Amino acid sequence: MQKSVFLAAVAGVGMTAGVASAATLDDVQARGTLNCGVNTGLVGFAAPNAEGEWEGFDVAVCKAVAAAVLGDPSAVEYVSLTGKTRFTALASGEIDMLSRNTTQTFTRDVDLKFEFTGINYYDGQGFMVPAELGVSSATELDGATICIQTGTTTELNLADYFRSNNMDYEPVPIETNAEAQQQYLAGACDVYTTDGSGLAATRAAFENPSEHVILPEVISKEPLGPVVRHGDNEWGDIVRWTLYALIAAEEYGVTSANVDELAEGTDSPEINRLLGTEGNFGEVMGLSSDWAVNAIKAGGNYGEIFARHIGEDTPVGLSRGLNAQWTEGGLMYAPPFR
Amino acid sequence: MTSVTEPPRESFRLSMLLNDKRYRFYTFQFVALLLLIVFMAYLGWNLVRNLAILGQDISFEFLGTPAGYDINQSLIPYENQDPHLRASFVGVLNTLLVAFLGCVTATIFGVLAGVLRLSKNWLVAKLMAVYVEIFRNVPVLIWILIIFFVMTAALPPPSAFRGDDPSSTMLFDAIALTNRGVYVPKPIWGAGSGALAAVFLASIAGAIYYRRYATRLLYATGRLLPMVWPTLAILILPTLAAYALLGGPVTLEYPELRGFNFQDGIQIRGSLIALWFALAIYTGAFIAENVRAGILSVSHGQTEAAAALGLRPRRVMSLVVLPQALRVVIPPVISQYLNLTKNSSLAIAVGYMDVTGTLGGITLNQTGRAIESVLLLMLFYLLISLSISAVMNLYNNAVKLKER
Repeated sequence: MQKSVFLAAVAGVGMTAGVASAATLDDVQARGTLNCGVNTGLVGFAAPNAEGEWEGFDVAVCKAVAAAVLGDPSAVEYVSLTGKTRFTALASGEIDMLSRNTTQTFTRDVDLKFEFTGINYYDGQGFMVPAELGVSSATELDGATICIQTGTTTELNLADYFRSNNMDYEPVPIETNAEAQQQYLAGACDVYTTDGSGLAATRAAFENPSEHVILPEVISKEPLGPVVRHGDNEWGDIVRWTLYALIAAEEYGVTSANVDELAEGTDSPEINRLLGTEGNFGEVMGLSSDWAVNAIKAGGNYGEIFARHIGEDTPVGLSRGLNAQWTEGGLMYAPPFR
Repeated sequence: MTSVTEPPRESFRLSMLLNDKRYRFYTFQFVALLLLIVFMAYLGWNLVRNLAILGQDISFEFLGTPAGYDINQSLIPYENQDPHLRASFVGVLNTLLVAFLGCVTATIFGVLAGVLRLSKNWLVAKLMAVYVEIFRNVPVLIWILIIFFVMTAALPPPSAFRGDDPSSTMLFDAIALTNRGVYVPKPIWGAGSGALAAVFLASIAGAIYYRRYATRLLYATGRLLPMVWPTLAILILPTLAAYALLGGPVTLEYPELRGFNFQDGIQIRGSLIALWFALAIYTGAFIAENVRAGILSVSHGQTEAAAALGLRPRRVMSLVVLPQALRVVIPPVISQYLNLTKNSSLAIAVGYMDVTGTLGGITLNQTGRAIESVLLLMLFYLLISLSISAVMNLYNNAVKLKER
């Protein structure tokens, strides 16, 4: 008797302890919300606004995926994660996708068993210094004290850069962007280093942004993009092609303003396939046929999202640069929808 | 008619394991143990199976690969191409450093506050009570952050020391207090410093010998030799003389502002100071209570008896009360030392690179070997805690009440 009770208990535990990685799409649809991992607070990319709602460039990707999968861009549960906790949260199934300016690297892709589903921002690591220091190049930083966000690729790039240039530095490891900002502004470090976009976003939050300069050197390649768990290819496809749909929409001139009109049918077969009036791309992925329409309506196409959150007219003030469409000399290139 | 009948000798039967009170508890313990083993084995199996589903394994090979990151405070030579194992070891030494400094300082704070809290001086006693209650009842993480942020905000950056008319100057031209830490002069051991050290060690031995001799003389003849001044003289004078004779073998290297930072000298980083000081005052408050309890446990009769013998209050404390109090004080203080050592893992809050910051932080992140790193961390803290316990238990055995 006692034995059978025990076995039943073990069986119960075994069922609940099963890995939740199998079918993320089913889990998300059953739950009705998307658990999306975002930054703990980086203006322009992911930060709560005055109403306490998350918004930003990375948050827009979460919203687009939620709109494509659930038809509702607001059906997102945001989980704010530090550089250290993000991968554990994703691997353990606490979040369905990670959209937290995360650099695609070999180790993360292959060894840590994650899947990078495209790139939504081509970035590179840079340095920010107070203008009064009079430093104009990163090669003059020998002996400087440098604040780094720990648990990122930046601390490895930094070590490599200073080693290859035969310079010394003192690293000050910091857990979050907010703390790093506080240390940097108090003068506890001379330099703050992170991705160029992060520097611009951090500087935008300063009282006097003009008193700080971002040095011209870009010491690394930092392709940032959303991440999902390895092994659930269907879910990976959904996140990847939602991002591509946003990029393709900009290329084809589909915006949040005209998407409804275009979804009634156009002369362009490519747009028709994207918006679901031709073919059955939505059903193939296990979504509704208007998945891309919903994704684009959530926050606009890639260009609209960029301009609203981090573009030149925002306090962050980033130019498109590498992130322009391939037709305009950038690297944003969505594979064909066919 | 009375007859004493022997109770029938029952032979052991298997059913007695359940029915007989004498054996039943063995059955229960055995079943409980079995369940525990099965449960643990199930957890381990579950872990390995889930890792296998994720395509991962448990491997410690990452410890041999280059770490690739720099560590600001390192007690042993370290550069970013050294393996993760060495980076972890740097972290271990940093943990031990802050734990050692913290334990020593916490003991000093604790004993002082504990004794003073029992002072007859109302103001002193109340001040100490306030100290104990405030520091004991606010989480140590908050204290670490408060001290760190106050240091960062209140102290000037090194750039304030620059220029012809700097807004900050160094203390005695030797110590620079900055928001990156405190820079102090560093002794440079020149030729002949070995001889100087030998003279100093010899004077320590001499001082100990003198004190023993004075004690023996006191017991034998009742004659009291002065203690304090001769001890100090024996300690200092020969070393000073040797220093002069050898032509000043030890010189000081003063910190100097060059480039972005102060160079030369020894830098005591703000993160170390914040962590050390916060752990010391926090744990000190607990130790103060242990000390107070220990002193109160010595019966008042002992104090009165000592006073009746003509001992002064300070001697009553140091010769009669404290030695007896120690046997009550030591065991809880051991657990405070363990707490302090384990609390030092909060170091990452201020960017102090202890073993949780290197092995459990950057290494874990860069390699993604979370389970292995955490297992190693647990092993390390377990070993350290058990070692502290072992050493302190030896001491406890030395001071505990000897019953003859």
